[in-house]
Amino acid sequence: MSGIDVLRRRARRRHVASRVLVYLLAILAALGAAGPFVWAGITAFKENRDLYRRSNNPFLFNLTPTSEHVDYLFSSTEFPTFVWNTVWVGLLVTAITLGLGLPAAYSLARLDRPWSGPMAIAIFFVYLVPPTLLFLSLSRVVVAAGLQDSTWSLVLVYPTITIPVSVWLLIGFLRSIPKDIEEQAMVDGYSRLGAFVRTVVPLMFPGVVAVVVFAFTLTASEFIYALAFVSPSAEKPISTGVPTALVRGDVFFWQSLQAATILIAVPIALIFNLFLERFIAGFTMGAVKG
Amino acid sequence: MTDPALIPPQRHEVAEERRTASPPAEPRVRRRFADRDDLLAWVFLLPSVAYIVALVAIPFFLAIAFSFSDVTAGDPSFDWAGLRNYQDIFDDPVFWRSLRNTIVFTVVSMLLIVVLGKVLANILIADFRGKWLVRFLVLLPWTTPVALSTIAWLWLLDSVFSPIDWVLRELGAIDTNMYWLGKPDLAIGSVILVHVWRLVPLSAVILMAGLVAIPKDVQEAASVDGAGFWRRMFEITIPLTMPVIAVAALFGAILTFTDMAVVYVLTRGGPTNSTQVLASWAFFRGIEGGDVGQGAAVALFLFPLLLAAAIAILRAVRRMDVS
Repeated sequence: MSGIDVLRRRARRRHVASRVLVYLLAILAALGAAGPFVWAGITAFKENRDLYRRSNNPFLFNLTPTSEHVDYLFSSTEFPTFVWNTVWVGLLVTAITLGLGLPAAYSLARLDRPWSGPMAIAIFFVYLVPPTLLFLSLSRVVVAAGLQDSTWSLVLVYPTITIPVSVWLLIGFLRSIPKDIEEQAMVDGYSRLGAFVRTVVPLMFPGVVAVVVFAFTLTASEFIYALAFVSPSAEKPISTGVPTALVRGDVFFWQSLQAATILIAVPIALIFNLFLERFIAGFTMGAVKG
Repeated sequence: MTDPALIPPQRHEVAEERRTASPPAEPRVRRRFADRDDLLAWVFLLPSVAYIVALVAIPFFLAIAFSFSDVTAGDPSFDWAGLRNYQDIFDDPVFWRSLRNTIVFTVVSMLLIVVLGKVLANILIADFRGKWLVRFLVLLPWTTPVALSTIAWLWLLDSVFSPIDWVLRELGAIDTNMYWLGKPDLAIGSVILVHVWRLVPLSAVILMAGLVAIPKDVQEAASVDGAGFWRRMFEITIPLTMPVIAVAALFGAILTFTDMAVVYVLTRGGPTNSTQVLASWAFFRGIEGGDVGQGAAVALFLFPLLLAAAIAILRAVRRMDVS
């Protein structure tokens, strides 16, 4: 056997080993991350008698699966209302975030003012002021605005979370777009404003997508403000509505809770995955250069 | 990304419009509003700044004022109370416990989040079949609203019906259940576990961004020179992605530090306050206990700690950028 053959065989063996390792790690990671959801999915269709027996295998249906708990979620709770509240609040907040954040980021990244640098850092630090610190005084603001117990209070306060991160992400993203593009547009007769609207905004699309995805996820996930500001159940978003509807004192409606979790988790994760590549592109610019 | 097709057609149209609208001989004079960078800079920035001042800065100072007052849910009138709230919380062992827990949770979670996120990012950028499905599954913990995923964990760690206990029982490892959320040590471990589980996907996505940005030829050159996987990892990948790693750490820290949903849903700070964190303690004092002044004083402790951590990390990033 020639030396080349030995080398080739060794290289192939190493290649196969690394493939096996990649698949093994990928499966492990998927199980670790999604395991609780898989199990929640099984739980959602279990009968009470099946669920509440210590000796039953929790990963299998020991009795016939039933959809009564999923039906309960839709027929006897305000689940669709919670979902709707979350969706429209999320979309509106995202729109406000972009409307305010994009010009702000442009101003800080491109219109070189002496205060640009410190201001950019100051805005990022706003993100460090946690909701847990502000909700006590913000509840006064919400009352003063006459929005207590209304979903609109969330539209009012959620941009405090999303604007600082978004401006920061967008600044980084703007730095990746060559300045020549606007300068060329301005030489060709655009005003500064025109150059921004016509050339920079379209090029910002991937960054905008990153912001939309990030802002929506943050909004949908927010808990403290929703808990502190909104108490009528018809006005609640999912993160507080689902627990209040399905936890009565010490009684947890486990199957319906798990069904709700899956029904919410899967669509958001699907949308997030659609935009993952763009999100990653946007994040590199923001992260490395911000 | 750079799509030149977007620019040329519009360019000529508008150039022509302008020529008819303004005297051609005149040089670019900065007279129109839309051309004045200094004004534009303010107009662009003002809405965000006004919003932040109204809904972050003012409430922030209001919170500081509350912490020196005797405002309660029952008596919302503001009376100066001096340092009494601070005196009270310093005398309260639960406060010190919360402070310690907050720091421990943040540091331990952050380390695990960055290390596991790094491993996960390396898996996710590798090429394999079914990658899309794996990515989707792996991102679920991050994209699910934290209150809901924590409820799933609450049931997963149930004192009687936990499937983890069931597996351990079947394996013969334990006789009685573990009571995950009922014993202080296990409860602390559980809270950290849920934080890590939830935030690793985010950190993996951030770190993927860093990995993707490394020029391919650097890796290839090192590979040709005979550097193995680990050598490349520690001498090229990690140093080059250090700023991104710092950002992932920053996000992991902030989201653990300021979050109270996991503790609120999972243990409500129990057993006997052993998993209480500053955020949850402020909520229990300020909203559920109605003592707004003390709640605000507790919550204020989050800010300087956070600020210090953020400045340290951002400094580290900047130093690396310069070199």
